[in-house]
Amino acid sequence: MENIYLTIALAPLLGAIIAGFFGGMLGRKATHTITILGVLVSTVLALYVFNHHVLEKGEIFNQNLYTWMQIGSLNISVGFLIDNLTSVMLVVVSFVSLMVHIYTIGYMDDDDGYTKFFSYISLFTFSMFMLVMSNNFMQLFFGWEAVGLVSYLLIGFWHHKESAVEANLKAFLVNRVGDFGFLLGIGLVLAFSGSLDYAEVFSSLDNTTNQQLWGLDLITVICLLLFVGAMGKSAQVPLHVWLPGSMEGPTPISALIHAATMVTAGIFMVSRMSPMFELSDVALTVVMVIGAITALFMGLLGIVQNDIKKVVAYSTLSQLGYMTVALGVSAYSVAIFHLMTHAFFKALLFLGAGSVIVAMHHEQDIRKMGGLRKKMPITYWTALVGTLALIGFPGFAGFYSKDMIIEAVHFSSLPYAEWVYYAVVAGVFITAFYSFRMFFLVFHGKSRVDHHTEEHLHESAPSITFPLIALAIPSAVIGYFTIDPMLFNGWLDNAITIDAEKHVSMTELSNIFHGAAAMIPHAVQTLPFWMMVGGIATAWVFSLYRTQWADWVQNKFHRTNYALESLYGFDRFNEIVFVGGIKKLGNLLWKVSDMGIIDKIAVNGSARLVGFIGSVVRPIQTGYVYHYAFFMIFSLLIILTWVLFAGDNPLLQIEF
Amino acid sequence: MLENYLPIMVFIFLGIAFGVGPMLIGYLLGPSKPDEEKNSQFECGFPAFDDSRMYFNIRYYLVAILFILFDLEVAFVFPWAVVQSDLGWFGFIAMSVFLFLLVVGFVFEWKKGALEWE
Amino acid sequence: MMNTFQFDTALLLVALPEIFLLSSIVVILLVDLFLTKGFKQVTYYLTQFSLFITGLLAFNLIGHPETVIFSNSFVLDNMASVFKVFMMGATMVAMVYSRHYLTQHSLFRGEYFVLVLLSVLGMMVMVSGYSLLTLYLGLEILSLSLYTLIAIARERSGAIEAALKYFVLGAIASGLLLYGMSMIYGISGSLNISEISAFASDANLGSRETLIINFGLVFLVIGIAFKLGAVPFHMWVPDVYQGSPTSVTMFLSTVPKIAAVAMLVRILIDGLGAMHPYWSDLFMVLALLSIALGSVVALMQTNIKRMLAYSTISHVGFIMLGFVTGVVTGYGAATFYVLVYVFMSLAAFGIIILLNKKGFEADQISDYKGLSKHSPWFALMMLIVILSMAGVPPMLGFYSKFFILQQLVSAGFVTIAIIAVVFAVISAYYYLQIIKSMYFEDSEKEIVVSAPMDMKLILSINAILILVIGLFPDFWMKLALSLF
Repeated sequence: MENIYLTIALAPLLGAIIAGFFGGMLGRKATHTITILGVLVSTVLALYVFNHHVLEKGEIFNQNLYTWMQIGSLNISVGFLIDNLTSVMLVVVSFVSLMVHIYTIGYMDDDDGYTKFFSYISLFTFSMFMLVMSNNFMQLFFGWEAVGLVSYLLIGFWHHKESAVEANLKAFLVNRVGDFGFLLGIGLVLAFSGSLDYAEVFSSLDNTTNQQLWGLDLITVICLLLFVGAMGKSAQVPLHVWLPGSMEGPTPISALIHAATMVTAGIFMVSRMSPMFELSDVALTVVMVIGAITALFMGLLGIVQNDIKKVVAYSTLSQLGYMTVALGVSAYSVAIFHLMTHAFFKALLFLGAGSVIVAMHHEQDIRKMGGLRKKMPITYWTALVGTLALIGFPGFAGFYSKDMIIEAVHFSSLPYAEWVYYAVVAGVFITAFYSFRMFFLVFHGKSRVDHHTEEHLHESAPSITFPLIALAIPSAVIGYFTIDPMLFNGWLDNAITIDAEKHVSMTELSNIFHGAAAMIPHAVQTLPFWMMVGGIATAWVFSLYRTQWADWVQNKFHRTNYALESLYGFDRFNEIVFVGGIKKLGNLLWKVSDMGIIDKIAVNGSARLVGFIGSVVRPIQTGYVYHYAFFMIFSLLIILTWVLFAGDNPLLQIEF
Repeated sequence: MLENYLPIMVFIFLGIAFGVGPMLIGYLLGPSKPDEEKNSQFECGFPAFDDSRMYFNIRYYLVAILFILFDLEVAFVFPWAVVQSDLGWFGFIAMSVFLFLLVVGFVFEWKKGALEWE
Repeated sequence: MMNTFQFDTALLLVALPEIFLLSSIVVILLVDLFLTKGFKQVTYYLTQFSLFITGLLAFNLIGHPETVIFSNSFVLDNMASVFKVFMMGATMVAMVYSRHYLTQHSLFRGEYFVLVLLSVLGMMVMVSGYSLLTLYLGLEILSLSLYTLIAIARERSGAIEAALKYFVLGAIASGLLLYGMSMIYGISGSLNISEISAFASDANLGSRETLIINFGLVFLVIGIAFKLGAVPFHMWVPDVYQGSPTSVTMFLSTVPKIAAVAMLVRILIDGLGAMHPYWSDLFMVLALLSIALGSVVALMQTNIKRMLAYSTISHVGFIMLGFVTGVVTGYGAATFYVLVYVFMSLAAFGIIILLNKKGFEADQISDYKGLSKHSPWFALMMLIVILSMAGVPPMLGFYSKFFILQQLVSAGFVTIAIIAVVFAVISAYYYLQIIKSMYFEDSEKEIVVSAPMDMKLILSINAILILVIGLFPDFWMKLALSLF
């Protein structure tokens, strides 16, 4: 089996290397054939692994393959941990990646960086595999950084666009903040357990009991720090600002990286760390609340967006919020379940949006679309499937996962769970509203397309429509088939730990669960369903039936609208406080230390003394070396004073 | 312990007294009635031709520095010569090495033209 | 009397690398004198050759049992040998890069190489110094050579200014260091490191002795901090880096750092290790100040040499943090860091020099605009170096930072580690600016790489190794650990 796992990871890497170094020589056709073959191999093997581990209940594979370094007793290795969680992730990642590879043939057809792009997405696939297959924190972190790196490269892929470069920088910096928390968390893990291996860390969790750090339980601090990492990568408030910006990249990567796989790495990581998070109710509550805030408020932003990709981006943020909520209420398997269904339908929606964008000659404003249903039937129908799945229409994939999340919150006994429940239910209305608003504006109603584009409007190439169809199928049905085994029949049991006595959500869920089919008629009697219907209806009213009402509402509530359109001011806040603040601080320190602390303080304060020294030294030295010397001696005096009178070991005790 | 430093202190005070004393006495005892004529420049009845702080040729400094350098290095030979008979071959070889290095420096400066006046 | 000077010539073998290098210097100095104009390259090749042989001799002595010779003033141990080998290697690489710079700017003179070799000799003495006097002697040989090296571009007023600043401030620092040494000598009655160590670790040390040792300690730390360029004794660093000819900047920002760390180890750990609680607080403050100031002020720079100067200051902060831990593995981490830093810094300056040509110094960040279009390969090399400096895995620079932070955390300095990481994150921003101008901006002028093949090759290997060793850092970390 070991060779199979290795092949899964290395096949895309090989493709990436070949495409990256020899892409120019091989030409487009050979390049995309090779990379697609690489990912295809991984996909097939991933399915085999899935069959072996999940369906045939194979043994967990946990083994170090190569010792990277050994510092004292600390061993850092490359190793694989393949259990059912990993198997599920492997299938999702490889399948979506394969679809995106195929889709890219059509989408990037007219781009100069064709081979480079293939190299990047294959490299990304490799990194993502390494991330999910890791058996230790270090490799996880490396995969984490590697997917981040490729993500930055791809966001800035069209670097002649100013906005793309800005978005790329923003993504880099925001992710550094997250990584910083993550790294600290890993450092603390290392500090208490002396190891970075998952199994060893989890078995030494007892070490943390009754230990405090910064006034909190040690385990809580660790979990929160790790979660900061997850917040960065999975774009949770307030570290979400980079994700909408990342839409500056080409659409295939929006689908692959910024919707289906990389951004869910945080969700995956928290699930992996479930034995740790289970020990800290505080951390879980924070996770849940952050998730709920993201789910609700990022959804609201989706309503006012007019860029087709931005709408889908904000819906991604909101859905990631849902997953995070599920993590918070200890329903890890539900989170993974939603991660999986979301990967399919959100990739589908992005690729559908991409198909529209290509047809519209890279016009992304939905106000300039409309009536595309007739011209692009395949895109229309697949997008409909994706939208229904997203809003959780009974029967579709998203319905099962989202409904389960809402129910899980309902049963949770954590503080604030009630509020979170209202937030996620309200989120359903909002999701339905913005999804169908976009859907109606793009595909229905009168065409607002300009005349020139209208003439060339036609359905996209087969390499684009094939992935759409291939993704539409799981988006429709996968929930129905997998809800039972995944949530209640132990597919993920060997990877996830739940303290069932304290966190009852999953137990309660299984009590009320009577099969996938039974959920559909039941759903009609519940609140979320009617919220969803209300959402669709509102969308219909505002975007098709009475469009002028939308303007009226916008004017009436212009303050709210302003808040939404300025994205709650997060960007402005960051701009002013962090970017501006650090620049100012730098300027200040520069002035103080470089321009001369002495000029400003000592010269003006005791001008005569320094003026005297200056008048002696200046004729000899044209520079300001006397400032430097003075500064050195001054520092010496301060240090001496500090060492002799203060410090931890005062040497001269003086009685005052 | 401190009393060992007494001679040094005596020397310091003596030095100061000899240096400052006569000037002080002259300043205190001598009559001081300056007028314009007394403060004006005086050189054989003419105004000064140029600044008394004349420029020396830069080569002078070079030669002076090189002189000091070699002078100091050779000063090291004197104490060695005194105890040379005790040091034996080791001392002799060590000093040879030292002098050889000195010669190399000398060859370098010579060849570079540092000793040529024009 | 006689017995004191009995001398076993076999012991000279212990100092063979130094003796060989000194002899080579004499030979090269004389040979260069008599070379006619067309044959000046011979000096360069002789220099490389003698560095190589010296390195080989030092390499041979790795594993030699610890030996102290010359009346307890010169030590040979593994740390000394390994450091010497690294210094020779780094100097050889620096000379390859220097040659291009010197020929481009008509600075190619025999004295340049002789002075470099002399400073290397000084560093070797520092690394092996086992008495305060030897250490000081080595430091002075090094410093005096460096001052002169900077001034070798004597028609540039910037270089003269830098040399003078460095000289004046360096003299003050040397004075302070010497004062500290005299304090230690005065109270312990010995210049020898092991005797000082025995004195300092005496449990019955009275409060008067402790007081004087600490008084001296402050001066010693300041002297060392000046050499390393730690805040608040950093003022010379940006000016000297910017004013010196780039090849000299490269040299003085890299190899002497190894020697300074060696001196630090000899004095503060081998000698005054027992006083660790007293000096580690001081070190911590200086280190954090360095990291903070280096990271933040670098943001405002437009001159890449000046920016690298501030980046050096922050790297130095990390190195010093390794010594704060007070454990052997922490010292190993600091050693690893300094070696990695030298490696990265060489490559970074190498790329600046690579782009140099007559009348073009390539020292503005804006000079790097659009480098990825004109010479994608070297833009990639620069990318690797910059990412490594920023501490992005899997580059070598990540491990060095990681190693230090891991040691800090496990020694219980969690808050310190966090502060360090925060500033490391801030520093990522200015490193990113270079990447941004290389990859995402269009060039204002054509950049032509005119460097000779050997330089291109060595530079590429240098940069690629940063990545490759980053993939297999195990051996080098173990090596750094084994020195303590």
